[in-house]
Amino acid sequence: MSAVDDAVHTYTPREFHRQAHDALGNPQIRGNFRRAMDGLMAKRRGVFSDWDLETLRELGANIRLRALAKLPDLLEQLEANCQANGIQVHWASDGDEACRIIGEICQSHDARAVIKGKSMVSEEMHLNAHLERAGIEALESDLGEYLVQLNEQTPSHIIMPAIHLNTDEISEIMHTKTGTERTRDVDYMTAAARQQLRERFMAADVGVSGVNFAVAETGTLCLVENEGNGRMTTTVPPVHIAVTGIEKVVEQLRDVPPLYALLTRSATGQHVTTYFNMISGPRKSDEHDGPREVHLVLVDNGRSSIYQDDELLDTLRCIRCGACMNHCPVYTRVGGHTYGTTYPGPIGSILMPHMLGLEETKDLPTASSLCGACGEVCPVKIPIPDLLVRLRKESVGEGRGNVPGAGVKRSAKEVAAWKGFQWLATHPAAWRRSTALAGKLHKLVPSSLGPWTDHRTAPKPAKASLHALVKRYRRGEGES
Amino acid sequence: MAAVKLYPPRPEKVYLFGTCLIDMFYPEAGLDAIRLLEREGIEVIFPDDQTCCGQPAYTSGYHDEAREVARAQLGLFSEPWPIIVPSGSCGGMMRTHYPQLFAGSVDEALARDVAGRVFELTEFLVHVCHLPLEDRGEPEAVAMHTSCSARREMGLADTGPALLAKLGQVELVEQVRASECCGFGGTFAVRHPEVSAAMVEDKTQAIEATGAKRFVTSDCGCLMNIAGRFAHQGKDVKGEHIASYLWRRTS
Amino acid sequence: MSSRETILKRLRERSDGPLTAPASDFAVVTGRGWDASERLARFEQLIGSVHGEVMHTTQAGWTETLAKVLAAKGIARLALGREHPVAAEARRALADHSVELVDVDRDIEAWQREQFESVDAGLTSTRGGIAETGSLWLWPTSDEPRLISLVPPTHIAVLDADSIEDTFFDVVERNAWAQGMPTNALLISGPSKTADIEQTLAYGVHGPKALVVIVRHTGEVPA
Repeated sequence: MSAVDDAVHTYTPREFHRQAHDALGNPQIRGNFRRAMDGLMAKRRGVFSDWDLETLRELGANIRLRALAKLPDLLEQLEANCQANGIQVHWASDGDEACRIIGEICQSHDARAVIKGKSMVSEEMHLNAHLERAGIEALESDLGEYLVQLNEQTPSHIIMPAIHLNTDEISEIMHTKTGTERTRDVDYMTAAARQQLRERFMAADVGVSGVNFAVAETGTLCLVENEGNGRMTTTVPPVHIAVTGIEKVVEQLRDVPPLYALLTRSATGQHVTTYFNMISGPRKSDEHDGPREVHLVLVDNGRSSIYQDDELLDTLRCIRCGACMNHCPVYTRVGGHTYGTTYPGPIGSILMPHMLGLEETKDLPTASSLCGACGEVCPVKIPIPDLLVRLRKESVGEGRGNVPGAGVKRSAKEVAAWKGFQWLATHPAAWRRSTALAGKLHKLVPSSLGPWTDHRTAPKPAKASLHALVKRYRRGEGES
Repeated sequence: MAAVKLYPPRPEKVYLFGTCLIDMFYPEAGLDAIRLLEREGIEVIFPDDQTCCGQPAYTSGYHDEAREVARAQLGLFSEPWPIIVPSGSCGGMMRTHYPQLFAGSVDEALARDVAGRVFELTEFLVHVCHLPLEDRGEPEAVAMHTSCSARREMGLADTGPALLAKLGQVELVEQVRASECCGFGGTFAVRHPEVSAAMVEDKTQAIEATGAKRFVTSDCGCLMNIAGRFAHQGKDVKGEHIASYLWRRTS
Repeated sequence: MSSRETILKRLRERSDGPLTAPASDFAVVTGRGWDASERLARFEQLIGSVHGEVMHTTQAGWTETLAKVLAAKGIARLALGREHPVAAEARRALADHSVELVDVDRDIEAWQREQFESVDAGLTSTRGGIAETGSLWLWPTSDEPRLISLVPPTHIAVLDADSIEDTFFDVVERNAWAQGMPTNALLISGPSKTADIEQTLAYGVHGPKALVVIVRHTGEVPA
């Protein structure tokens, strides 16, 4: 029950190593993630099997690049069309400002209870804590988010927030926090949560949701979901506040179907989700349900900085499907909480350094074997491994300095080691002498081989190097 | 996914870039690569001044240092012959990242020229040599681990297995999660040793579960990692570079 | 400077210079070339795979199918519109039926708890279907508001077989959605579901537990 006991434990990217150590030693966590990721990978493979996937990914990447190329114009067009549709548009430079805006809207309606659809941007800006400080209760309604909130945790996956918990753990959480029976009956637990949350939907003063795609052409906010809590959140309370990163805009309505096709298939291996909810305004005077006010909060929070750099820009193509984490051998081993950030896994490792700075996140870009699985499955072809390398470069102060905290990992010792490597590898005669005396070379390799040998036998340098063997072979000395 | 590559006709001569890991730890694999190519009537030039492709510095973010190391290699291949690299990792570095490293510099054209001539060994043996193999070994089950760089960066998931399939007495066994990383990742294994150890533990378990007593790989980083784990546990599963395995069974 | 101005200025004065927008080729999401029977088969297979229940009926006799569904599901109170032909025909057909018809052309504030707690099913028309994904598309109106396809435990949707198109892209393009979007446009593909408890599928988490699609045919009705 360690995931339950860990409830109030807070995670931080600074403690990646310790958190990874704890997760690796926790069979429950290891098993939960391994099973889930194996299932998700298999489902994705199956659902794309009859598609020309490369062509579809190419289109997805093009649509996102086109949107980014026109980003400022599209944001203005989105704003104008939303306003024409009756949606009030707000702009926030950072998470605090976005929280303030949402708090003020709530206060203007004397709101006491906010119901939330799933929104990672609201996690990014810690909206719930902000609202609670203002005396407003914020309740998550996505089942996974609800369970995680009951357990006083944060999501461990951007699509499946409670993926770190298994059925027994969830049963225990629901029993302890809501008084349901202890059971392994998933239908019973789902029905109980439905009952508990329906009351809260009816009582909510404000619904807060995220946005999957914001369409500039029509001023439309698109939400992708299976449960119906997103539709509830955006339809039942009298006020709906949608909050989104500025990069989520797309140019035209026709851009939406390909991205939606890529999103659901990449995320959960579904052909389609149960609901695709497209909102283009508040309730009209002759309509009988839906919110009377709809607000859109456009959040920057570091995105316009990422936008400045041609290479880093690709980070903003992301449509938040989570396929990179589903396929990441590191994420699968350590789970989402280990990263200590809102967005875990490969996308988090290339995104969070911009939001939190490299001092805080210095272990994230290196937490990858660069195996390339993330880049291979990314539906919009973000070159994630290249971006990880770019952030490593920024960390050691050899990049362009375009990331906060650039150079934080630069140390005289490491620089000397790599300069030593450079010297040796650019002086062939010295290199050949060194490989002949290979044992001594270890001293020139950065860090010790210590950790290697905790789990593996150390490789033995060969008696004769390839250089030496080739010479012998050419002299006709034959078999070495 | 690497772009579709057009393969040249079989050349008279090739260069071999042996890689630093082979140079230091598995030189026989380099020599066996030379023997396999020479048996096909191809003359193999081994530039004596080669050292390392620069990848360790590159993936660690030390690109200035990596570039200088790479630059020292660029001048070694002056004739227009293919450059054979018995490693997907170093091959991927040279093919994909050399042009990036030298973009906008005076050496860009040279880097592109070199990159365009780089072939991973199994790729070259399959697609250019159309290598015939006459198996002289005993019947044996073998597992293959294709490195992530070969599989994904170079798009060569099939060339190693295709060569093994030509060995009449060898049964290539299937492992679970064959495409998953073994956890080496160069400096990753040093910077995140516990995560890396968990990954290689799973990889050795997957290989062991096939019942094969031997695995082959086309990358010495993976070989060092997986074989090192088996050895540490005192398990009787041996690893070998695919060049050595092919040569040993057909010579 | 306001945040709006600051953000837009930073985006416009991008340090690496202006970006070029690539062209997009949409061929991969259109041009399926399916005929009517393939479309119907795909629609039924896909929506069926996520627990959507499909009933085939004639254009003329669909209300008899509706009555059977109501009986089979034990629906006592059915929420439905008034003006749309689907609602109007259903009202006429069910006039002497035991099922109680619940009017939805009133502001939700007046009957929210009633809708949440004592309506067994919502009946709606649909604007069309999507073969590739097994989806229905709905544009709720004042006559058939948004929540009747969401809040009651069963949603009964009426779909004309000849309104099924190949792909979502085709629907958006051929029906010129971009010319004017309604307050709410919806795709619905099955009943509400979740897999948030250890990847185990459970239906009816927030929305309907059951989705029944009555497919009306002008020609021959498939078995």
